Amino acid sequence: MVKHFISLEWKSFFRSASFGKSIGIKIFMAFIALYFTAIFLFLGFFMFKILKEVFPNQDPFVVFNGLLFFWVLADLIIRFFFQKLPTMQVKPLLALPVKRKNIVNYVLGKSLMAFINFLPLFAIIPFGITLMLNGYALSNMLVWMLTLVLMVVINNYLNFIIESISAETELAFLPMLIGVAVLFGLNHYQIINISEGLSKGVRAISENPVWLVVPFAMVAALYAFNFKILKNKLFLDSGLKEKVAEISTSNLEWTKNFGAIAPFMQLDLKLIWRNKRSKSSVWIVLMGLLYGLFFYPQPTYQSMPWFFVFIGVFSTGIFLINFGQFIPAWDSSYYKLLMSQNIKYEQYLQSKFTLMALSVAILFILGIPYVFFGWKILLAHFVAAIYNIGVNTHVILYGGSFNRKKIDLSQKAAFNYQGTGAVQWLLGIPLLLIPMGIFALFYFLVGFEVACLVLASLGIAGIVFHQKLMKGITAKYLQSKYKMIDAFNQNN
Amino acid sequence: MIHTSNLSKKYNANLVLNIPSLAIPKGQSFGLVGNNGAGKTTYFSLLLDLIQPTTGSIKNNNIPVHESENWKPFTSSFIDESFLIGYLTAEEYFYFVGELRNQNKADVDKLLAGFEDFFHGEILKQKKYLRDLSKGNQKKVGIVAALIGNPEVIILDEPFANLDPTTQIRLKGIIKNLTEKQAVTVLISSHDLMHITDVCERIVVLEKGEIVKDLATNAATLKELEAHFSGAVVV
Repeated sequence: MVKHFISLEWKSFFRSASFGKSIGIKIFMAFIALYFTAIFLFLGFFMFKILKEVFPNQDPFVVFNGLLFFWVLADLIIRFFFQKLPTMQVKPLLALPVKRKNIVNYVLGKSLMAFINFLPLFAIIPFGITLMLNGYALSNMLVWMLTLVLMVVINNYLNFIIESISAETELAFLPMLIGVAVLFGLNHYQIINISEGLSKGVRAISENPVWLVVPFAMVAALYAFNFKILKNKLFLDSGLKEKVAEISTSNLEWTKNFGAIAPFMQLDLKLIWRNKRSKSSVWIVLMGLLYGLFFYPQPTYQSMPWFFVFIGVFSTGIFLINFGQFIPAWDSSYYKLLMSQNIKYEQYLQSKFTLMALSVAILFILGIPYVFFGWKILLAHFVAAIYNIGVNTHVILYGGSFNRKKIDLSQKAAFNYQGTGAVQWLLGIPLLLIPMGIFALFYFLVGFEVACLVLASLGIAGIVFHQKLMKGITAKYLQSKYKMIDAFNQNN
Repeated sequence: MIHTSNLSKKYNANLVLNIPSLAIPKGQSFGLVGNNGAGKTTYFSLLLDLIQPTTGSIKNNNIPVHESENWKPFTSSFIDESFLIGYLTAEEYFYFVGELRNQNKADVDKLLAGFEDFFHGEILKQKKYLRDLSKGNQKKVGIVAALIGNPEVIILDEPFANLDPTTQIRLKGIIKNLTEKQAVTVLISSHDLMHITDVCERIVVLEKGEIVKDLATNAATLKELEAHFSGAVVV
């Protein structure tokens, strides 16, 4: 059975329309993976020395175990945002003589194969070996390593439970962040000393392997819980059972002010608000807006004005990046309609542009309180907003003409959680780094004001040549029209 | 109204459609039949400029469809569910299509009022998104949306599939009314020989991308088509 599943996935990967594109991203991801592997190996080999250096009077083994709690928390957060339960096209399998049990076991088993589960091994094994070489008992160390591997597995399955629960609520990642913050706080203010407790527990297990029962039992319990959740989702009508909520319609009259593009703007707004997938990006916007609060209160960043622009582009452009990178894939499920209807391509794109430009303006206005941290910050945010409207919007629209990947909006949440993966963040990098690079260059060569001026004039140039740019972008979309229709027609 | 010349479509070396010439006059109800893979949907997709022809061209009211977009204002179509926007309600969808075709809400409402028995009380004022409607009801929405804005050419791919018997009969009435009273050119395809001989005054049979029969419908047409598809030789 597993053999069949693997061959199905193999085919769906190599035969998909976006194959060429995803292989490029996969290669890039492979480089990132190598980079992290190298870092973890380095940490593993030198951990003993580092700990001896930093805490000369303490046992490195004990110190390391004391840090485990923080590693667990960080690991959970990273997993929550980047690790998704492996997906599989299950609908066609449901009517075939395949046991549901097998499908679920396969999906859960496959989730262990994720790179993030192997990464800690690169640090744990070398560190364990250096400990042995420094006189720790071989048997204890082996049990200790096994315990840590079990902790990785526990985190792996715990994460899917958290994700499936948070996917049912509107707030997505807020409960997760609050939960982690509370745990961290309890520990930090010594209300409950979790890190010490965990450390003692792990050391107790390595002294006495009988206690391995505890982590094993936890893995079994979490696996069983995941199994139950997933198995319940494997019914065709599990989506239907959720009552089809009565919906209220709004006519969004205010969009009429935008003239010919009004129908498209109404459509886009409804698209964002009525689909789970796009709705989650609204919450990301909130996070992006508050992003500056991580940095500005710290004095270190106050003396780095070139960094303000990065925060500015990010916090005013978070919607632009999130929404823009999936243009025109948002409309992929009815793309044929748009292409055969009585519309002008330029109006369709103009509507997306207007929406993004508006979001930048609104986010800038909402971000004005940052002036509390200095007028330079506000100025930097202002030029960043201009740059976003003038340059980044056009860049991201242009990039959209290379989009060949369908988004299935109507897909019920079955295996599709927040819909934010690593790739989404990677695509934002050039949009953020280029303005920061330009700004930093002029900042160090001339000064803050000139750097602001350069960035703002780039943005204004983009706004001035808007019509011309849109013509070029529209032509590019028309060129790839048939390819897009074909790709959006394919599933996967 | 629609002139097809030297049209062919190849996928790699595989010729899926080859129509040297086909002219459909204004106001004709035109039926396309053929087994799976005969090229019906390919022809409609070419007509709507959703795929590119390998050779030749289609002119819709003298406008070459793959060169200009000016055929769009008077042409409407419903090919499959991908013409629906799943997260809109039926009304919102009709109004959206209406706006694209320069019809205000009142115009659309007036048109919809004429389809009350076709909808059978299951489409309007349901407070449901289109994605939550049944396949048959989705089809009804798609077909009616294709009638918005007084189009001169209407293209419907397998309009009878998924519809219940009552609605099939009503749809036949709607199509007849369009071609006879309003001189609209209607192109439909179907696997149901009975329905298509009922509605269409002309029926073209496609086989492996080629036109093998071009019939003006009369009392004997249904028999002839049945004979053709059962493999018997007609004398």
